Amino acid sequence: MGKRSKVIERDEVVVRFSGDSGDGMQLTGTLFSYTSAIFGNDISTFPDYPSEIRAPQGTISGVSGFQVHFGHTEVYTPGDYCDVLVAMNPAALKANAKWMKPGGTVVLDVDSCDEKNLRKAGYETNDPIAESKLRDYNIVKAPITTLTKESLKDMGLDNKSILRSKNMYALGLVYWLFDRSLDHTKEYIKKKFAKNQLVVDANVKVLDDGYNYGNIIQALTPSYHIHPADIKKGKYRNLSGNVAVAWGFLAAAEKSGLELFLGSYPITPATEILQELSARKDLGVKVFQAEDEIAGICTTIGASFAGNLAVTTTSGPGLALKGEAIGLAVIAELPIVIVNVQRGGPSTGLPTKTEQSDLMQALYGRNGESPAVVIAASSPTNCFDYAFYAAKIAVEQMTPVILLTDGFLANGTQPWRLPNMEEWPKIEVPTADVNDKTWHPYKRDLEKMSRSWAKPGVAGLEHRIGGLEKDEHSGAVSHDALNHQRMVEIREEKVQKIANVVPELELLGDEDADILVVGWGGTFGHLFTAVDELQSEGHKLALAHFNYIKPLPRNTYEVLKRYNKIVVCELNLGQFADYLTMNFPDIQTLRFNKVQGQPFTVIELKEHFKTLLEE
Amino acid sequence: MAENCQVKFTEFKSDQSVKWCPGCGDHAILNSVQKAMAALGYKKEEVAVISGIGCSSRFPYYMETYGFHTIHGRGSAVASGVKVANPELKVWQITGDGDALAIGGNHFIHTIRRNIDINVILFNNQIYGLTKGQYSPTSKRGFISKTSPFGTVESPFRPGELCIGARGQFFARCIDTDIKHSVVMLEEAARHEGTSIVEVLQNCVIYNDKTHNAITDKKHSTDRTIKLEHGQPMIFGKEKNKGLMLDGLNLKVVTIGEEGITEDDILVHDAHCDDITLHLKLADMEYPEYPVALGVIRSVQAPVYDQCIEEQLEAVQEKSKIKSFTDLIHSGDVWDVE
Ligand SMILES: Cc1ncc(C[n+]2csc(CCOP(=O)(O)OP(=O)(O)O)c2C)c(N)n1
Ligand code: SF4
Ligand SMILES: [Mg+2]
Repeated sequence: MGKRSKVIERDEVVVRFSGDSGDGMQLTGTLFSYTSAIFGNDISTFPDYPSEIRAPQGTISGVSGFQVHFGHTEVYTPGDYCDVLVAMNPAALKANAKWMKPGGTVVLDVDSCDEKNLRKAGYETNDPIAESKLRDYNIVKAPITTLTKESLKDMGLDNKSILRSKNMYALGLVYWLFDRSLDHTKEYIKKKFAKNQLVVDANVKVLDDGYNYGNIIQALTPSYHIHPADIKKGKYRNLSGNVAVAWGFLAAAEKSGLELFLGSYPITPATEILQELSARKDLGVKVFQAEDEIAGICTTIGASFAGNLAVTTTSGPGLALKGEAIGLAVIAELPIVIVNVQRGGPSTGLPTKTEQSDLMQALYGRNGESPAVVIAASSPTNCFDYAFYAAKIAVEQMTPVILLTDGFLANGTQPWRLPNMEEWPKIEVPTADVNDKTWHPYKRDLEKMSRSWAKPGVAGLEHRIGGLEKDEHSGAVSHDALNHQRMVEIREEKVQKIANVVPELELLGDEDADILVVGWGGTFGHLFTAVDELQSEGHKLALAHFNYIKPLPRNTYEVLKRYNKIVVCELNLGQFADYLTMNFPDIQTLRFNKVQGQPFTVIELKEHFKTLLEE
Repeated sequence: MAENCQVKFTEFKSDQSVKWCPGCGDHAILNSVQKAMAALGYKKEEVAVISGIGCSSRFPYYMETYGFHTIHGRGSAVASGVKVANPELKVWQITGDGDALAIGGNHFIHTIRRNIDINVILFNNQIYGLTKGQYSPTSKRGFISKTSPFGTVESPFRPGELCIGARGQFFARCIDTDIKHSVVMLEEAARHEGTSIVEVLQNCVIYNDKTHNAITDKKHSTDRTIKLEHGQPMIFGKEKNKGLMLDGLNLKVVTIGEEGITEDDILVHDAHCDDITLHLKLADMEYPEYPVALGVIRSVQAPVYDQCIEEQLEAVQEKSKIKSFTDLIHSGDVWDVE
């Protein structure tokens, strides 16, 4: 490895790969994040791609990006602003210029900066660097297209295939910038194109040449050094929020001894869960791709009635369609999990972007008094934990559970320490007792207020359930006025009692904080980082972050009432803040809301908290 | 199964008092179903009766089996989930013309297309009974009801045509009060592997009395209906002298003994024929132009969804190295941090 002319030592760095949606930026970013993870950095990634499969080439709407944040300390977010931007065309440069950190490095494929592409990207002059006010940055104007062609000219590949390898050239160059090994990526290329040696050779060559190009031009650019992070020993892999949800259910199926059933209809950004579980026939998963979301949940309810661990997955518009059937699961008291990977709404809204605006829908979006458990995951990898616990609560308490994640968690990845499944709790299935002479379908365990599960096939437990109100004492249909009131109260009480098995709310930061920051779900990484950074700058702050929303943790009021200044931060117009006020009318909260289809940035959070601290 | 451990049909009756109007055709269908289940040698615990919403959908409460009265139109989706989760169960779905063909139309056609092994009994009274008399997707054009005081201006579905059009492999039709024939139809439907649709022409005494009377009335029914049987010539009529023949691409009613027509000229019913052409024509026959077809119109073997799911699971599991969740998470791109 050549000597390095100028080395920047850093704790953490954010790199963004950006290009046209056909430029292979998602793969490039994924490969880079793998290499960094294997090197021992903590990482967090986030893809950002257009909702159209083939948005017009060369335009801003067609830009596809993949951001990787890695560091030698723990990282909780994919980062706000980037240190290094790889822009494969002018549109990518234009779309991302405002996200550059001062003094950062831009690698630009200058070959792509012809008149046509500049105009398509909306540049008025032929100097995109000046026009985007990037003059004071480190600009690496690399003729990537020409160099790729040059590198592959003797390999006998057609022009299209050559151009498709540009991303590997760029990746090689970035590996040089960070002094990373090319081994993992070469392994990947060999495996992926095993059937086509020519393609393997070409990609490996381009990758090497990109790396060497970095070496040659090094006088022009600094290289970054990030040491491995100090992370817990063990085996790791990269996990996205969507795959983590799927895997949480697989783990729950194993721990409960139940067969796993998924009924679902594809919808962005939840589809990947359906795809992952469809591939898991090896573990016996039954997946039913339904004709719509209603059939998705209704098959799930049927499978639960028949005794499976049954789940359904969707995003906001799909949750709306499932509302009536969730009510059926509430009154029939059958265990199901409904996953809602939230996206920007209302209606079709912003399908590929993130938002937290389905909270009220999850809590109340049904007819009648229809209480369901609502849980929210808060990082890509803890989607595994919360999917597991959603299933555990559903089965043990005989109730529908709604698990909220969002587009940001679903597509983001983090390194995940492989769990030892022996350390995970068992899931106890409340099977009905055939020998209990007083059994009826709505007989309750008075401690939990939940009924038992009598599965078809067992002689002696034949029974009928359904959407009509049932008599508290026999389970037969009842239209009695007082019985209905009693049953409505029982169903609510059953859900509230789950607070007994839910962990208490944890306070992160200063007990005597001047501001309590409150959040829920997918905003954890950004909120925590902002609070943590302000604390190290000498401010007194604390964070209370919620994963359990209905029921709320037992100590919620006790924690909140200690603080005079509470700011509830969420990616909607204040739904959780309203919910807290509803539950605790004497708690006053401030709000910080953002509804742009984007996560918070740590910078905007810190700025906001600072002004609050000064008030 | 030994005769003595067979469940008697009365044992399929639950202790709930039946709440349908006196004279409603649903009573007779309940009887037929219980008799068919007894005749099939079913055990109570292996049966799951699933319904949506409607008068007809109250049915599961009256059965001493497992039962689930779900939500309007979604019975076939719930039933599909039950069957896929536990293919050992005998899953029967009870539905009405509104439940199956209006709000549940999408699930109806897709269940049929998948060919999941459930038996669907479609109570066709050409009216919304439970909501007290609005026209339904099977009400005849011009039908007067509370929501069509000047007559409907829409054409009805023909359930048989819809079923076969959705690639249905089993379709039968019977009349509520003809219990003997209904029991045979239900048994055939149960023995058929895959989705079976049995359309029962049901009378709603309150909101659509005698809607099927032109063909169900004992005085005329032998002349105005034809009971199809596989392998038998398509002969009907009090005198057993009428029959069906092909006339170009159409069916034609002929009289045996007239114009030189003999029994040999009459079509023989082939319910197992894969081609749907003739089945569609038979299913679509309407009085007075034709006799209305009763019996098993179509019964063809085809791959069954729930069985295919089981087979695929077994095949993949046999080959895969991943046997547990722990195997799964250790497969693929894993690295060590030391
Ligand atoms: C979502 C929903 N929409 C409407 C209704 C009202 N509703 C109940 S049953 C029914 C029609 C029933 O007709 P059909 O399926 O033919 O059954 P029948 O009563 O005739 O047996 C309607 C419209 C409902 N229960 N749920
Ligand atoms: S309203 Fe009609 S369909 Fe409903 S129970 Fe009465 S007679 Fe039967
Ligand atoms: Mg009806």
